[in-house]
Amino acid sequence: MSLLRTIWDELLSVFVDDARFAGAIVVWLAACWLVLPRLPLPAPLLPLILFAGLLAILIEGARHRARRG
Amino acid sequence: MAIDWAHAVPSILAAFLASLVEFIEALTIVLAVGAVRGWRGALGGSGLALLVLLALVAVLGPALVRIPLDLVQLGLGTLLLMFGMRWLRKAVLRAAGVIPLHDEAAAYAKTTAALRGGLAPSWRPEWARGWDRVAVATSFKITMIEGIEVVFIVIAVGAAGRGLLVPASLGALAALLLVVALGLVLHKPVATVPENTLKFVVGVLLCAFGTFWVGEGIGLAWPGADWSLLLLNGGFLAAALVSLKQCRVTR
Repeated sequence: MSLLRTIWDELLSVFVDDARFAGAIVVWLAACWLVLPRLPLPAPLLPLILFAGLLAILIEGARHRARRG
Repeated sequence: MAIDWAHAVPSILAAFLASLVEFIEALTIVLAVGAVRGWRGALGGSGLALLVLLALVAVLGPALVRIPLDLVQLGLGTLLLMFGMRWLRKAVLRAAGVIPLHDEAAAYAKTTAALRGGLAPSWRPEWARGWDRVAVATSFKITMIEGIEVVFIVIAVGAAGRGLLVPASLGALAALLLVVALGLVLHKPVATVPENTLKFVVGVLLCAFGTFWVGEGIGLAWPGADWSLLLLNGGFLAAALVSLKQCRVTR
């Protein structure tokens, strides 16, 4: 069991080292998946909304971590 | 299947640079194992891990082709974003001095000290021993840990694009050969490579790919189709540089 646990922890750490940051990415992508195709906006704007949200998460995630020191 | 070069070139580059960083980290530990416990166990453990990783690519890559493309793009794009944004944020924080830079020489010294501590008092020359379990296990573990990230990147940038698995694999293979050659020539950790700059560049590339695949998976139409990858790379690079400046000020 401890070997499986080690493998699972290693796999998880490939994608998640800060639950808040990883959670924000997943929540934003889920929101985009559910909402964007239904928004009555011009088609070229929709992927840019997805992109802008990710940039905001990156900037805020780094700023938050830097503030914690 | 015809190769789409607009995707293939960034795929090869992303796989090559990401693999280079990972293999250099693995090389440091394998060199430490070889120097302290002997080369037979060090190379045996790494070779075994490389075979397992190769089998993973061979099984998982073609298997993903059977899943609908939009699901693969959404799933792998999400994982690629989690992986790439984690890398990019860490590279920003390291460049800003918030967290320490990865030091290959220090990792080598720490591993050799730990391995020396585990040597049996009745030490015998390598030719007189069988397989050194500690050496095999240590080399196998580090090659698997770093290699699994390489496998993920190769599959993520390769399978989500259809027909890109071979170019991405070639990028990773080129990185492996380069690191092996460096190891053979130098016989010491590759400490002079600007590892954090590489991680910065790879983070930008992976984030751009991940965003593109997720958009495609959701069914969104990127303006300029494949050329929007340039915009995505530029956007993530600009955001990372803004973050870097902010983090330096915050500190």
